[in-house]
Amino acid sequence: MPLLEIRNLKVEFDTARGSFKALDGVDYTVDAGEVLAIVGESGSGKSVAMLAAMGLLPGTATITADKMDFEGLDLRTLSARERRKVIGKDISMIFQEPIASLNPCFTIGFQLGETLKAHTQLKGRQIKERVIELMTSVGIPDPASRYNAFPHQMSGGQCQRVMIAMAIACSPKLLIADEPTTALDVTIQKQILDLLVTLQQDSGMGLIMITHDMGVVAETADRVIVQYQGRKMEEADVLSLFENPQNPYTRALLSALPENATGDRLPTVSDFAEAGGF
Amino acid sequence: MSDDVILKVRDLYRTYDIKGGLFRKPTTLTAVKGVNLDVARGSTLAVVGESGCGKSTLARMLTMIDAQTSGTIEIDGLPIDISRTGISREMRQKVQIVFQNPYGSLNPRQKIGHVLEEPLLLNTDTPSAERRDLALEMLQKVGLQPEHYGRYPHMFSGGQRQRIAIARAIMMKPKLLVLDEPVSALDLSVQAQILNLLADLQEEMGLTYVFISHDLSVVRYIADKVMVMYFGEVVEYGTREEVFETPQHAYTRTLFAATPKADVDSIRKRLATKAA
Repeated sequence: MPLLEIRNLKVEFDTARGSFKALDGVDYTVDAGEVLAIVGESGSGKSVAMLAAMGLLPGTATITADKMDFEGLDLRTLSARERRKVIGKDISMIFQEPIASLNPCFTIGFQLGETLKAHTQLKGRQIKERVIELMTSVGIPDPASRYNAFPHQMSGGQCQRVMIAMAIACSPKLLIADEPTTALDVTIQKQILDLLVTLQQDSGMGLIMITHDMGVVAETADRVIVQYQGRKMEEADVLSLFENPQNPYTRALLSALPENATGDRLPTVSDFAEAGGF
Repeated sequence: MSDDVILKVRDLYRTYDIKGGLFRKPTTLTAVKGVNLDVARGSTLAVVGESGCGKSTLARMLTMIDAQTSGTIEIDGLPIDISRTGISREMRQKVQIVFQNPYGSLNPRQKIGHVLEEPLLLNTDTPSAERRDLALEMLQKVGLQPEHYGRYPHMFSGGQRQRIAIARAIMMKPKLLVLDEPVSALDLSVQAQILNLLADLQEEMGLTYVFISHDLSVVRYIADKVMVMYFGEVVEYGTREEVFETPQHAYTRTLFAATPKADVDSIRKRLATKAA
C-alpha cells in the first residue's frame, strides 16, 4: 500500500471572474522511503496539490478527488480536529521562505518545542532536551546557545534548518518540501538538499520535493512528476526522464536549461508549443 | 578589443559605518575591497558570489546609486565620482540598471507607457509626442505589443515585467547595462526567453553588460569574462573558459561543486551511490 495515494484530484478556485481550475484530474502516489519530485512552472498547480492534501487551502477552493488516502486514512472526510492530529505529526511540510515561516516574536527553541507539546507526551525539560537533539541533527552549530536565539539573529540557511528540525520533530512518515532551497545561495542549497536526503534515507520517510529547478530534481529525486497548467505532463523515474523525456513539454523544459544550450539561442517552451507539442 | 575598454575600475573600495549602540562600539564594514576590472565594449562580464559578498554594492556604485569610498570608476572615458561631482545628464545616459525583482521595481500606479517615458522626461528635452513614439517602438523591441502602453504593471506576468524593466533601462540608449540577478526570480522557460532577448539587444545596440548572478549555469551561457567575489574581494577573474575549466581559488571550486548537475551521468552516479 502506498503511503499517500491521491486519485483524480481537482481543485477549483472561486474568483471574481468565475471559477479557475488550478488542478485538473491529477494522480499522485508516494511510497515510504521514496523521493518524489513535482516539477513545474509557477501556475502549474504543483503547490496546490500538496496544500489540498494537507487541508491548507482557503475556503474559496473546491477540492474533489476520487481517492485521497494517507496510510489508509481518508483525508477527504477528516474533521479539523482529526486532521490536526495527523498534520505536523505524520505529515509535515517545509515552505519556501524560511524567515517568513518562523514567528519573529518567539525564540527558535520555543517554536520547536510547540510541535512537541502538541503531538507528544514530553514535558518541560524533556522537551528542551529533545529540541537541542533535533537542532544538533539538522546541523545547527552550538545548539544550546542557539536555543534562545530569535529568527532574525540567524541566517536564511540556519532558519531553513530550524524549519526542517520542526518538520521532523515527530518523525513524520511523509515530509513535503515546497521549494525548500529557492531563497538560498547555491552553497547553502547544497547543504540543505544533502541534509534532507540524509534525513530521508536514515528515517525511511517519504519525501515530496516541489520545485521548479531541474537541477534540484536531478540531485534528489527517485521519481518525477512534470506538471503544466494544472495537468500532469509526464511521470517517470528520474533517470529515464532526463535520458529519454517522452512529453514535448518535458523536452522543452530540459532544453531550456542553459547548460544544455547548443548554439546561440536557448530554445523556449513557446517554441515547442508552436511546433504543436501540447 | 583590449584597447576599447568601456568600463575601467581601479582599486574600488566601499565601506559602511555601522552605528554603535548602548553596548556596541561603532564599527566599519568594508563591503567592497579593492576591485579592479576592465570590460571591453560589447562584451559581458559576469559577477558571481553568494549573498553578502558585495556584488550588489559593486552594482550600486557602477550605476551611481552609491558613491565609492575610494578608487576610480571610468565609464566610456567619463570619470564617475558622485560624492564629489554629483550626477550629470551625460552620466545618466552612459549606464542603466535592471533589478532582480520585476514585481518590486515597477511603480504599481504608473502606466507602462509612462514608465518607459520617464527616463526621457527627466534626462532629455524630447517633446512628448516623440517620447510616446519612442516608447511604442521600445515595447515592440522587447517583444511586447503597442496596446500594452496604457496598462498597469499588475496586468503583466513576471517575465513581461522583466521585459518592461529592461525596456526602461535601454530607453536612454546607455552604453553599459548593469543587470542585478535579472532572471533569478523567473521560471526556467521564461528565463530562457529573457536571456535570448538580452542576447538580441546586445547584438543590435552594441550594449555592454555587467551581469550579476549566483547561477553558474546562466553565467556559463552568457558571459565572456567571469569575476568571482567572496567577502568583498575578487578571488577569481578571467575569461569564461579559464574560470570554468581551471578554477584557481578554493571558493570557486566549492561553488562549482555545490551547483546541481542535471546531466544523465551525474544522476546515474548518484543513484549508484544510493543503491550501495
